[in-house]
Amino acid sequence: MMTSFSDTARYRWRVASRVLAAVVGGYALTSVVTVLLALLWPLPKAEAVLASSMLSFALYAGVLVWIFAARRLRVVWLGLILATAVCAGLSWLLLPGGGA
Amino acid sequence: MAWLHTWCGLVVGWVLFFVFVTGTAGYFTYEITRWMEPERPLQGAAPRYDNGALALVAMDRLQQVAPSAEFWSITLPHQSLANRQWVDFSISWETMPLEGHEHGVWGSERLDPVSGNLRTGIEPRETGGGSLLYRMHYALHYIDYQIAYRIVGACTMLMLLAMVTGVITHKKIFKDFFTFRPGKGQRSWLDAHNVISVMALPFFLMITYSGLVFFYSTYMPAGIAAIYGTDDQARGRYFDDLFGHHSHEAVTRPSASVPAMIAQAENAWGEGQVRSVMVMHDSGEEPFVEIARVQGSKLRFFDGETLRFHVHSGELLPPEPEDAVVRKTQEVILALHEGRFAEPWLRWLYFLAGVLGAGMIGTGLVLWTVKRRRSHEATGGHFGLRLVEALNVATIAGLPAGVAAYFWANRLLPVEMAERANWEANVLFLIWGEALLYAFFRDTRKAWVELLWLAAAAYALLPVVNVLTTDKHLGVTVPAGDWVLAGFDLTMLGLGLAFAYMALKVRRVWLKKRVQVSGATRNRPLAEAT
Repeated sequence: MMTSFSDTARYRWRVASRVLAAVVGGYALTSVVTVLLALLWPLPKAEAVLASSMLSFALYAGVLVWIFAARRLRVVWLGLILATAVCAGLSWLLLPGGGA
Repeated sequence: MAWLHTWCGLVVGWVLFFVFVTGTAGYFTYEITRWMEPERPLQGAAPRYDNGALALVAMDRLQQVAPSAEFWSITLPHQSLANRQWVDFSISWETMPLEGHEHGVWGSERLDPVSGNLRTGIEPRETGGGSLLYRMHYALHYIDYQIAYRIVGACTMLMLLAMVTGVITHKKIFKDFFTFRPGKGQRSWLDAHNVISVMALPFFLMITYSGLVFFYSTYMPAGIAAIYGTDDQARGRYFDDLFGHHSHEAVTRPSASVPAMIAQAENAWGEGQVRSVMVMHDSGEEPFVEIARVQGSKLRFFDGETLRFHVHSGELLPPEPEDAVVRKTQEVILALHEGRFAEPWLRWLYFLAGVLGAGMIGTGLVLWTVKRRRSHEATGGHFGLRLVEALNVATIAGLPAGVAAYFWANRLLPVEMAERANWEANVLFLIWGEALLYAFFRDTRKAWVELLWLAAAAYALLPVVNVLTTDKHLGVTVPAGDWVLAGFDLTMLGLGLAFAYMALKVRRVWLKKRVQVSGATRNRPLAEAT
């Protein structure tokens, strides 16, 4: 009885963690990729922002599918954090007044 | 992916159903508004005017009311495709901004094309019209619109995800499209859901994605925020960069002949094709008169044809440079969503696709309950299932009844009532809310049949209510050939029949089965035979 209860609880925590990863982590990653893409796109500034912003929803959908399809939750969180950090770092370097 | 599809769909299904119903009505916004303002006259033959003379009358008036203006705009009487109706003669302007202000004051006047005096139009009853229904599909109701945009946005994103995962779940998507096994309970619901979803999948993907693009700067503000900044001024700089920003100098009355310019445009485009005349002076550029053609020949609807002339020499000026490719891309995406370019047949196809969208969501929601009912009936009820079932009936049958009630209210509420337009909308939500209460306390299957009958009656009787309350009913509109007003009444009859058909169908399948099933099929699990 006890084990089955904690199994359910653990399952629920895992689902909650994945949902959190999708809503917060996935959105954060999509946001920084959007910024990076806008900075890299060889177009006038405003058009690049528009272009990458319009694409962002497809990106987010892809990220969400990956978050829910990946087998291990730890991989999801690690992947999200790493990718977000790398993209954020690159964007910061590319932004005027940033590191570069 | 299957469970992600199921839960995405369930969480946002009811909001999306509301969005699809009100948004689909939006493809007939102007037609609905015309029906809801029965004080307006029937559509007659388009009168012909001398547009050149009208332009002179208009400029006389503009010189009086707006001597120092950023622009003068003259709308000539024409049959508009933008709002699919006759547009009358009017002028509008914006005064030069005062020191320290960014914008001047905008003004407009309706002029009589014969006398040139101010025209006193018919004052129709106060109504939200089709535009209120249309607005609900992205701004909801009773909620601050900034919050509503985000709720609808989150639901839209989940719908996009539900579709992507739905496609991933169905490896045999092509085969599924040709599979329908009627009369088999859960399996039939699944087939129906698949067929509807696959049939209009391109439309659903387009409408969902373009819906997100409409509010991209709200939903995905990161790009603008990181590169321009987060305050209003920064956003302003972004939009100025994107759309181009001009400061203006005060306009003066053109010394070249405007009637000659209009004549030249009519020569090029044909009579009745000139929509408006605009006088403007961008700082650092030549002042110009812009003659615009009636919109409609293009997918990118608002990118209409224009001719520009110099204000003083009357010479033809080079056209405005074309929009950048990214902007054009965005314009096409938005144009596909709004479907303004759609001629009647294509418009009905849009309507049908919207109804299929509601059908996809509806069948998906019902499928969720049918799947679970069997196991829960054995254990004796479950609050979650009960709630979903009640929300399903109330939304799928009750919301359409609420929309019909919105039209009833338009006819039955006293014309002088205070807050009349608000009460029309309140009636919609009262009926929906009551349907929810009813569905929660009534046996689900009975509630389905009864609320579907309610919706059927509410729609089918609307033309009758119209006969009793106005002089713009089918007996008048059909002989007069006013197919917008007649079409509304006929569509309501059609919807009434559709709901009656559903009510009969549901009654036959769900209510009768409960009586005859016991004993007849030994293989079925006991729970279903209760």
